[in-house]
Amino acid sequence: MEQIKSVSEINARIEKGKAVVMTAEEVIGYVERKGLEAAAKEIDVVTTATFGPMCSSGAFLNVGHSKPKIRITEATLDDVEAYAGVAAVDLYIGATQLPVNSPKNSYFPGEFRFGGGHIIEKLVRGESVRLFARSYGTEDYPVKEISTEITLADLNQAIMTNPRNCYQNYNVAINSSAETLYTYLGALKPNFGSIGYSSAGQLSPLLNDPYYRSIGIGSKVWLAGAPGIVYAAGTQHSPDAERGENGVPVDGAGTLGLTADMKQMLPEFVRGVSIKGYGVSLSLGIAIPIPITSLEVLKWCTVRDEEIFAPVIDYAVDYPQATGKMLTRVNYAELRRGEVRLFDRLIETGSFSSYEKALKAANLLADSIRAGEFTVNAPVMSLPTQGSSRPMKIVPPQGV
Amino acid sequence: MVTKRLLFFFPRCETEKPIVYHLVKDFDLEINIFRAKVTPDEEGYLVLDLTGNEANIDKGIAWLVGFGVEVREQDKGLRWDQERCVSCGNCIPHCPTKALRFEEDKRTLGFDGAKCIVCLNCIPNCPYGACSSMF
Ligand code: SF4
Ligand code: SF4
Repeated sequence: MEQIKSVSEINARIEKGKAVVMTAEEVIGYVERKGLEAAAKEIDVVTTATFGPMCSSGAFLNVGHSKPKIRITEATLDDVEAYAGVAAVDLYIGATQLPVNSPKNSYFPGEFRFGGGHIIEKLVRGESVRLFARSYGTEDYPVKEISTEITLADLNQAIMTNPRNCYQNYNVAINSSAETLYTYLGALKPNFGSIGYSSAGQLSPLLNDPYYRSIGIGSKVWLAGAPGIVYAAGTQHSPDAERGENGVPVDGAGTLGLTADMKQMLPEFVRGVSIKGYGVSLSLGIAIPIPITSLEVLKWCTVRDEEIFAPVIDYAVDYPQATGKMLTRVNYAELRRGEVRLFDRLIETGSFSSYEKALKAANLLADSIRAGEFTVNAPVMSLPTQGSSRPMKIVPPQGV
Repeated sequence: MVTKRLLFFFPRCETEKPIVYHLVKDFDLEINIFRAKVTPDEEGYLVLDLTGNEANIDKGIAWLVGFGVEVREQDKGLRWDQERCVSCGNCIPHCPTKALRFEEDKRTLGFDGAKCIVCLNCIPNCPYGACSSMF
């Protein structure tokens, strides 16, 4: 890959307020008009983005020491359990955690109106949340029970730490059974009656950087408005996934572990999600800049929805049973048109991800780069370019 | 003969009047009730189809408005909160009349109250809590 601009040259232009920045949507038409070489000289940064449910998300909260002190061993926030197996007053609230007394799916399909994702949303909105904490008591931490109200401003730290965000690509769900099927991609109508998907397609970060040349560990990101970083390859990172001729994976593939300060987040991009019959989650708006250092990097950023394919999987049989079977592939232009032609009929599509919000995130990041407030960087370490996610090994208990 | 689907909102004091009876008898209208919530001594809601000649429908509505009933044609009890809506489009395949659909730009969701039949399908199918019922 021949370099045409260095990251430090790009940052110098950003700092002078002279950088040319475009979203991953705008750049498609621009490169078509100007040609790749001319455009690559001109454009400094392309902003990519996504907005959708990211179950593998949560936040470390430091609630401060009480007087006298407590070493928390069990905690709830508005009745939603927070993990307390860390230091005395550090908690981790996970996006999919349900209230202690949630009926879950006892009355199927459950409604799942509230949970960890909603607690995170409330905190970012500045609302107060009731903390109830317990301990067995020690000589240095004598208090055994506490009940109080907390807000984001009261916390010493609120560090969103997400093990897996920004799936490079994702399944498209369909239902072959004769009844409505409740999945994390929505309620699917019977007899292949509707389709559920979730991706920002041509705007999505890793679809614009299919081989992880620009985005890696240490890369700066815009996590719901807060400056953050990629701290690791995300869980289930599977770069070995099958790829099309353009290098773009036609399956899940890469993922990112992200972190940022929750106190700087915008409530619009941090949203609790209720999924009927399934559970709760958290939707996040994430934008990632790609510094245009070579022709190839820019070429990848011009990928269009028409050129990105995702596998259609039967969530009535093949997904839960992990058969590995795929029915067919469709592209994101078809999915976003609202109807897909499959098996000789038109099937309506629905999505939990929002292209509109993703585009807004890409534009907000572009604006702050243009204003000289957000510089770009090269990764400190590359994401693995080989490997895939292994299934669980089942070892039956021995003896007894 | 025309049919109009309307929402009636009653103030607390008027929930005792036999209004359906009067609409049928005094204004010669056919009535088909879809949803109702009328509790004595509380505010009441009624979503119904009125069928009859246009002049009689107008007279019936004027009579209701005369004693403080609010009659709404656009807004029939489904509340769509634009602030909460993220335009994900998950509701679209579940809305039978396309009252919820993408605008021309194919990315911004719009709600057309006139098309809504208050089936309430969208409420459990909106993951972001943007759709709710007024009653
Ligand atoms: S209530 Fe029914 S018709 Fe009205 S917007 Fe919701 S799904 Fe559509
Ligand atoms: S499902 Fe809810 S949030 Fe999504 S587009 Fe429909 S109304 Fe808006």
